[in-house]
Amino acid sequence: MNYPGKGLVEGLAITARNFVGSYFYKDRLTTVQYPEERVQTPENSRTFPFLVFDESPDKPRCTACKICEVECPPKCIYIVMDRDDKGKPLQRPKVFDIDISVCMQCQICVEVCPFESIKMDNDYEKSRYGRFNDLVQRLPDLLKSNAYYNKIKPAEAAEVDAKLKAEAEAKAAKKAAAAAAAAKATAVPPAGSVT
Amino acid sequence: MIAEPLINSADTITTKTLEISIGPQHPSTHGVFRMDVVLDGEVVRALKPVVGYLHRNHEQLAEKISWLGSMPYTDRLDYFNSMSNNWAYALAVEKLAGIKVPERAECIRVIMAELSRLQNHASAIGFLLQDCGAWGTPLLYAFKEREKILDFFETVSGSRMMCNYFRFGGVRVDLNDAMLAMARKIVAEFPKFLDEFEKLMTTNEVVLARCQRVGILPRELAIAGSVSGPVARASGVEYDIRKVDKYGIYDRLEFGVPVGRIGDVYDRYYIRVLEMRESVKILQQVLRDIPAGPVQAVEVKLRGFKIPAGDGYGRVEGPKGELGFYLVSEGGPKPYRYHIRPPSFINLTVLEDMCVGHKVADAIIILGSIDIVLGEVDR
Amino acid sequence: MIPTSEQLCAAVPGVVIEIVPSTLAAAQPAMLVDREHLVAVARYLKNEPSCQFEFCSCVTGVDYLAKGFIEVVYHLYSVALKHGPVILKVRAPRELDQCHVPSLTPVWRGCEFQEREVFDLYGVKFDGHPDLRRILMWNEFTDHPMRKDYVPPADYEWEPTPHDEVLKRAKADGGIMPPSALATEVKK
Repeated sequence: MNYPGKGLVEGLAITARNFVGSYFYKDRLTTVQYPEERVQTPENSRTFPFLVFDESPDKPRCTACKICEVECPPKCIYIVMDRDDKGKPLQRPKVFDIDISVCMQCQICVEVCPFESIKMDNDYEKSRYGRFNDLVQRLPDLLKSNAYYNKIKPAEAAEVDAKLKAEAEAKAAKKAAAAAAAAKATAVPPAGSVT
Repeated sequence: MIAEPLINSADTITTKTLEISIGPQHPSTHGVFRMDVVLDGEVVRALKPVVGYLHRNHEQLAEKISWLGSMPYTDRLDYFNSMSNNWAYALAVEKLAGIKVPERAECIRVIMAELSRLQNHASAIGFLLQDCGAWGTPLLYAFKEREKILDFFETVSGSRMMCNYFRFGGVRVDLNDAMLAMARKIVAEFPKFLDEFEKLMTTNEVVLARCQRVGILPRELAIAGSVSGPVARASGVEYDIRKVDKYGIYDRLEFGVPVGRIGDVYDRYYIRVLEMRESVKILQQVLRDIPAGPVQAVEVKLRGFKIPAGDGYGRVEGPKGELGFYLVSEGGPKPYRYHIRPPSFINLTVLEDMCVGHKVADAIIILGSIDIVLGEVDR
Repeated sequence: MIPTSEQLCAAVPGVVIEIVPSTLAAAQPAMLVDREHLVAVARYLKNEPSCQFEFCSCVTGVDYLAKGFIEVVYHLYSVALKHGPVILKVRAPRELDQCHVPSLTPVWRGCEFQEREVFDLYGVKFDGHPDLRRILMWNEFTDHPMRKDYVPPADYEWEPTPHDEVLKRAKADGGIMPPSALATEVKK
């Protein structure tokens, strides 16, 4: 049955249904009162990188190999290797700056890191007052514990922990096998020495 | 007693045309876009688009970073559909290097691209209606549905819009059962939203009065102007790259390609609704049976990936039209030339022809019906 | 059906066509056409009933600095017959006064904006283009940014992420840089 204005009336009926329904049905009222309530972001959500340490912040997993610095597309990472008094590299970073006003959260640094030491955080409340230097995250800001990583991303962190444990065990087994072979070689008397 | 006018104004007052610029800061130009219009009263006599306000030099940046390093930058081209942009670039590289993509990855790519198309078309219609003057209602209904798709993208890839999900030879991470269930839920609820959305607008008298017979694009002009995507199909050009090039697994899927007849703003709106229905069909087919298997080709290295020397062009049917990448390689780890064929930029060629003779308000909705994104126009 | 170079040589007298191969995987060999006969070849490809390439999809410029020319590449497809692509290439010398090719905008309207972009970024002039002016850069800009020998001006107001060559140049030109970049000089 067609009457003038039918399209308009049907449209208004839909709007009215949504409006009234928002008082009764959860799925019609989708507004979240931020900052009093926050939407729970999924586990995989990524914002900016951070560095993982296992036991203490003095011993991060990062070895300052600079692979992430080279692969970063907008080149927002700056790394300087820590050296001892004689200039020998100590396999850990002295300076590790990430400029998060430039970082585009692409996660390529995480993918190329061979030591599972840089991971993506999911903290999005990063606003600061200064435009240039305040948005640079330095080494103390970036270092967070493995416990924190497990808290924010349990499934991913569990996988990484299992992988590192397997690697450590394989290395230890190889070392033990090499030691056993060396011990066996010295224990057996050389052939022809006893006549 | 009515006195006779002493002087007849029509003999003494002449009008001149007015040249003003619409934009670049304007709520309805879909970004920083400027149109220099020559107006005679309210009627548009000439229109010149001025672009370049969002030029970020993406093509030159890509010559300085590795092949994979450009992938996150492609997200930011047409920032509404990062998945389609990623696919176009991955397709061009795979064509050039001869990489074969595993079956499961192809299915996942189709799922992502079609979900991307759904949320793009819903937002495009919402923005078009916003330009018509419907203050936010269709837009926010569309955004409510779009939120579900963006939540799915966040669960899978980590980011709502800038997904960086595709890799050469596959996708970055696999979908587990929980993610597939989420996708199935979205696809199951979408037709109901689409019915409600359509009922709000398709027979609405205001939409009909404003959009019909406005901005007609004839078929020959669409082809000559290299217009592609829903804009061309609304004008009667039956050309869908998914059917012509048959990339991915599209040759095994059954879906129709809606084609319009008149090519006015209303046709361009309705084509998008029909395309959303076809996308739902595709998604239902793909989500029904996804084969198990790897999601990345094993021979592709993450670092130091090189492509043999040569050039090639790869294109996909993005939601806005034909998105293509022309890549020239000199055999090294970085591209020698990296060019993007942006659909929005080229669709703007015919904007002047569509707008001349209409009023200023119509020019705004004609621009809205072409559905441009400035990230793509200016790169 | 995609025309062969012999067909084109027969159809357009005097044209010189060279086939430029591509990587085996891409399988998209291109036809290098000389400048004088480009428009004739284009019209033949568009109007011939067996070809009907009425859709010009992509126009690109490539700067081959080492070889001394700039190449303009056209990708053509057919909507009626659903075949393609046919790739046309044409070369122009790099010197600005000699860098011009005939425009294909009179043949395919869609080339209009893309040829303007190639002019803007590479400096190739298109003879016969209805409205050749800059499109992406602003009108008063000089120089052509996408050329391989383009040197960006030394206006370092703020260089946010200097690494490698950019860092060297910024330091030499006295630019302002974030302390992080200067941290790379930390010795011990």
